[in-house]
Amino acid sequence: MDILNALVAFLNFVFIPGLAYGSQLALGALGVTLIYGILRFSNFAHGDTMAFGTMVTILVTWWFQSIGIGFGPLPTALLALPFGIAATAALLLLTDRAVYRFYRKQKAAPTILVIVSLGVMFVMNGIVRLIIGVEDQSFADGARFLITAGDFKTMTGLTEGLAIKTTQAVTVVTAGLTVAFLFWFLQKTRTGKSMRAFSDNEDLALLSGINPDRVVQVTWILAAAMATIAGVLYGLDKSFKPFTYFQLLLPIFAAAIVGGLGSPLGAIAGGFVIAFSEVMVTYAWKKVATYLLPDSMAPDGLLQLMSTDYKFAVSFSILILVLIFMPTGLFKGKSV
Amino acid sequence: MIVVENLHKHFGGFHAVDGASLEIRKGSITGLIGPNGAGKTTLFNVIAGRYQPTSGRVLMAGEDITGLPPHELFGKGLLRTFQIAHEFGSMTVRENLMMVPALQSGERLWNAWFRRGAVAAEEARIRDKADEVLEFLTISHLADQKASQISGGQKKLLELGRTMMVDAKIVFLDEVGAGVNRTLLNTIGDAIVRLNQERGYTFCVIEHDMDFIARLCDPVIVMAEGKVLAQGTVDEVKNDERVIEAYLGTGLKNKVKEEAAHG
Repeated sequence: MDILNALVAFLNFVFIPGLAYGSQLALGALGVTLIYGILRFSNFAHGDTMAFGTMVTILVTWWFQSIGIGFGPLPTALLALPFGIAATAALLLLTDRAVYRFYRKQKAAPTILVIVSLGVMFVMNGIVRLIIGVEDQSFADGARFLITAGDFKTMTGLTEGLAIKTTQAVTVVTAGLTVAFLFWFLQKTRTGKSMRAFSDNEDLALLSGINPDRVVQVTWILAAAMATIAGVLYGLDKSFKPFTYFQLLLPIFAAAIVGGLGSPLGAIAGGFVIAFSEVMVTYAWKKVATYLLPDSMAPDGLLQLMSTDYKFAVSFSILILVLIFMPTGLFKGKSV
Repeated sequence: MIVVENLHKHFGGFHAVDGASLEIRKGSITGLIGPNGAGKTTLFNVIAGRYQPTSGRVLMAGEDITGLPPHELFGKGLLRTFQIAHEFGSMTVRENLMMVPALQSGERLWNAWFRRGAVAAEEARIRDKADEVLEFLTISHLADQKASQISGGQKKLLELGRTMMVDAKIVFLDEVGAGVNRTLLNTIGDAIVRLNQERGYTFCVIEHDMDFIARLCDPVIVMAEGKVLAQGTVDEVKNDERVIEAYLGTGLKNKVKEEAAHG
C-alpha cells in the first residue's frame, strides 16, 4: 500500500484538473445565473458569448505576439483579456438594445426570451465561425508548467509525478479573483445592492427608484466579463474551438441549475460539483487502486466508470436528478 | 396635487378604468373606495407608471406625468405601496429601507472604488435615517430580521417606512389594512395621520375597512365599473343612492330601503 503515491496520482489526474475545470464552469455558470436572476431568462447564447470573447482575446493576443509584447512566464492572453471583455460587453449591450429590449418592453414571457436567446446564439455562433473559423486554435504561451512531473519526482522522491500547468494555476487564481470581485460588487457596492434588490423583487425595486436600464446594462457587462474570462481560461487550459464552446452550454447550465438558478454561491458550488463528477466518472482509477490495494488484489481493468466520450452524459444525468429531486438546487435558487 | 383626466385603461375588450376623472387635493388623505373590480388598483397602477393608459392624462402639480416609468415618478416624489406587501426578502428590514434613496454616490463604481470615505459617510447617514424611520413606526426591534420573516402587518409598516426614506410628496396606499390586525391597523393609521400632519404628505388610500376610511379620509372618492361615481365626505357618500346601488345591486338596495321604511 502506498498512500502518498496514490494521493499524488489522485491530485495530479483528478483534483487539479477538476479544480481548474470547475473554476471555468463556475465562472460560466455565474454569468448564466446573473442573467437568470436579473433578466429572468435562461440565456442559451452564453456559450457562444464565451466563444466570442475568447475569439477577440485570441486575435488581440496574436497581435501582441506579432509586435513582441509578452507577459513573461504568464500567458499573453491575460494582457489581451480586457480587450476581449470590452468587445464582448459592447456586443452584449448592442444585442440587448437591438433585440432583448424590444421583448422586455413587451413584458414577454421567459420562454419567449429563451427562444430569442437561441436565435442570438445562432447569430453569435455564425459571427465567431466567420471571423476565426471552425478549427482548433491554440494561443497559450509563456511557461508551460509551474511544476513539472519530473521536478516533482526529484523533489519528493516519489514514483508518481505531480504536474501543475501554468494555465491551471492561472485559471484557479484568476477565477478566485474574479469571484471575489463579483461578490464584493454584489454585496458592498450600491449598484450591486440595486441588482440584488432587482433580482429579489422587480416591482418593488422600480418603486424604490432603482433605474432598471442601468441594472440591465451592468448585468450585461458583468455577464460579458464572466463569460470572456471563463472562455479564455478554458481555451488556455484546453484549446479554443467554437463547437466546444457551444457544447459547454450543457455543463454550465447543469452547474447553474444544480447550484440553484439565480444564486451566485450556488453557481460556484454547482460548477465544482459538475466538474468533479465529470472528471471522477471518466477517470481510470486503476493507477490509484494499484497503489492502495495489496498486489494480490490489483485490478485488471482500467476501473473507468465511463469513457471520456460520455462526459456530457454525466452533467446531463446530474441535471435531471437535481430537477427531479431538488428543483430549486443546492442553494435554493428560483425554481425552473 | 394629482389630477386625473378622463383616464381609460383597457385590457383587450375589458375596460378596467373607463373614463375616470378625479382630483387629489394637496395635503389631503383621500380615500378611494368601491366594490371589487371597480378599477381602483388599475387606476393606481396607471398613475404609478406600472401600466400605460389607453388614453387620458395624469397631471402632478400641473405637470403631465402620464406613462412615466416608476423610477422617474419616484424621483418626483410619487410613491406607492402594494395590496400584497412587497419586500426584498433576502435583506434585513433595515437594509430594505436603506435600498430606497436612489442615486446614492456609491452607485457610481468610481466612487465605490476611490471615494470610499464619502460613500461610507453617506451610508451612515442613510442608516441613521432608516433607524429613525423604524423608531417612528415602532418596529425598531425588527431592524436586523430578514424581511421575509416578519409578519404581514409588519411588512405593511415597512412599506410605509419606505416612503419615509425620501421626501415623498404623494403616497398611494393600496389596501394598507388588508390582513392586518386591529392594533397594527391603528398603528398604521396613526403613522399615516402623523406623516400627513407633520411632514405634509398627501395620501391616496384604497381600503375596504370603512371604519379606517371614516377615521382618516376626507374626501372619499367612490369608483364603480371603472368610473368615478361620487365624491364627498364619508357620510355623504355613505348615503348616496348610487353608491349603495353599486355596492349592493338594485334589488338589495330596494330591500334595504324597504326594511328601513318598515323598521
